[in-house]
Amino acid sequence: MSITRLNCGYVPLVDSAPLIVAQELSFAADEGLSLNLLRQPSWAALRDLLALGHLDVTHMLAPMPIAMSLGLSGPVAQIDALMVLSVNGTVIGVSNAMAASMRDKGWPGGFSSPKDTVGPLLSALDRPLRVGVPFPYSMHRLLFEYWIGHSGHALPTDIHIITTPPPLMADAVAADEIDVFCVGEPWGSVAVANNVGELILPGTAIWAHAPEKVLAARHDWVEEHTSTVGALMRAVARAAAWLDVPKNRPLAIEILARSAHLDLPHAALDHALMGRFATQLGAAPVDVPGFLRFHDRAANFPWRSQAAWIGAEIARLAGMDRDHAISVAQNTMRPDSYRQHLGPMGIDMPGASAKIEGALTNPVAVASTRGEMILGPDAFFDGATFDFTALE
Amino acid sequence: MKIAVIEPDPDRARDIIDALMEGGWTDVVVLGDVTGLARKLAALDPDLVLIDLANPSRDALEQVSVASAAQSRPVAMFVDRSDDEMTQAAVTAGLSAYVVGELQPERIKPVLQTAIARFQMMSQMRNELEAAKQALADRKTVDRAKGMIMRAKGVSEEDAYALLRKTAMSQNRKVIDVAQALLTASDLLS
Repeated sequence: MSITRLNCGYVPLVDSAPLIVAQELSFAADEGLSLNLLRQPSWAALRDLLALGHLDVTHMLAPMPIAMSLGLSGPVAQIDALMVLSVNGTVIGVSNAMAASMRDKGWPGGFSSPKDTVGPLLSALDRPLRVGVPFPYSMHRLLFEYWIGHSGHALPTDIHIITTPPPLMADAVAADEIDVFCVGEPWGSVAVANNVGELILPGTAIWAHAPEKVLAARHDWVEEHTSTVGALMRAVARAAAWLDVPKNRPLAIEILARSAHLDLPHAALDHALMGRFATQLGAAPVDVPGFLRFHDRAANFPWRSQAAWIGAEIARLAGMDRDHAISVAQNTMRPDSYRQHLGPMGIDMPGASAKIEGALTNPVAVASTRGEMILGPDAFFDGATFDFTALE
Repeated sequence: MKIAVIEPDPDRARDIIDALMEGGWTDVVVLGDVTGLARKLAALDPDLVLIDLANPSRDALEQVSVASAAQSRPVAMFVDRSDDEMTQAAVTAGLSAYVVGELQPERIKPVLQTAIARFQMMSQMRNELEAAKQALADRKTVDRAKGMIMRAKGVSEEDAYALLRKTAMSQNRKVIDVAQALLTASDLLS
C-alpha cells in the first residue's frame, strides 16, 4: 500500500492531541497515511498556510472556518470542518488584583457559578475591563461574550478584547496588560502556578458542550480527495476514541509532552487531561466533569446546529446579517462526510444532523444507528436553548 | 507612508529598515518588544505593519484598531485578491503585512515587493547559518565517537572513522546517527 503524506498543521495545545496521537500511535499508518505534523506559531499563520494550500489539513478553532468562509479572517477561502476534534477545555481567569476587587464586591469565589461571578466581575473595576483571548474568532471569546451578554446585567459600554497568544497570557497578566484571561490549558494553570492569576470558571460552566477545535481543510481539496479524507477521518476518530479511555491519558501526556510536539513539562498537561484544577496557587484541586472530551457523547459529530450557534454569535459581534451568517456557517460543518466515512466503521450516528443546543441538563440516551448514543449535558448557563431547526 | 516593522531580532530589523530606506521609504519604525502591541501601534499610528509570518504575536494583530484623529482605523491583513502570485511569494518568504485603514493596493505593492525580496534573502541566510551550525555540531559528535573507538580498540583515527562508515553503510544509516548512538550508549553505561 502506498503511503499518502499529508501536511498537517497544529498549534501546540493539549487539544491538538487527536492529530498527534493518530500519527504517533500509527492510527494514520493503518489507513495508509503519514501525517507530517507541522507546529504553527500562531492561528493566523496556520490559517494563511491552509488557505494558500501549504497545509492540507489543520487543527483549528471551531469559529475559524466559519469566519474564514464569511470573509472575516485572512485570505477568503471556503473551509470545511470535517469533524469536531475536541469539546470544551477552556478556562476563564482573572489577575490577582482583579480577584481581590471581585471579593470586595461580594464574589464568593469558587469555580462553578457563572451567575454569582458576573456581577462582581463587571463591577470590580472603575475602568474598562481588558480581556485577553487567543484569537478574535475563538470559542473563548464567544463564550465570554455570551456569558456577559446574557447575564442580565447592564453591559459596560466598552470592554477591550485583547488578542494574546496563549503562551504569553500569564505574562500579559503579570505585566498588567489584561484583567481577565480566557484561554485553553495548560496556559490558565500556568498563570496560577506563576501566582499572577486565579481561575474563576471553566468554559463548561457557560456551555456544557461547546465545540472547541475542528479538523479543517479547504472545501475544494475535500471534494477532490474523498478517499484520503475518509482515511484521515477514520484515523483521527480512532485516536480520539483512544484518548477518551481514562487509562490511556497518562500515555497521552507522555506523547504530547515530547519536544517535537508541545514541549511542555508533564505537570502542565495533567490538569486538562485529568480534569483537576487548582484555581489558586496552593488551593486544593477541584474536579471539573467533562472538562475536555475527544470522543464520548458524540463529541466528534459536526452538528450543523453548533455551527449555526457560532454563526449567530459571530454575526452579533461583527454586525453582520444573522441569517446569512447562519447559512454560511452551517455549510462549513460536514455531517454528510462524517456519516459517509465513519458510518461503515461502526461509529454510532445520530438520527438528525442538527439538535436543539442547550436542551440537556443531564446525559440522555437518544435515537442512533446503533442505539448506544448518549448526549449531554449541553446546557447554557442561563438555561436558554438555541433551536436551529426552528429557524429554517 | 509610515511603516511599522515588528521584529524582535535587532539585526534582522536593521536589514529590513535598510532595504526599505533604499527603496525610498524613510518613515520606518521598529517594534522589538511586543508587550502591549495594540497600545504601542495606536501610539505609532502606522499605515502599514510588516511582521514575520512565524512571529507568535501575529494573532495579536488580527483585530487591532488603530485610533487616530478621533477615528478608529481597523488593521487588516493585506490580501490582494488580484495578485495571488505576490501573496504566495510573501508567504513563501515568511512575510505577512497588515494594512491600517484604507490604503490603496497600488501604494502597498512596491513596499511589499521590496520586503519580500529582503525576507527571501534573510531566510536563505538563516537556513545557511542553521546548516553551518548543524554541520559543526555533527563534526564534534563524530570526532567524539572516533576518539571513543580509538581508545577502546586501540586503532588509528583513520581506522576508527572507517569503522563508523562501514557500520553506517551496513545498517543503511548516516555516520552521524551511528556516532550519536555510540555516544548515547556510552553515556548510559558510564
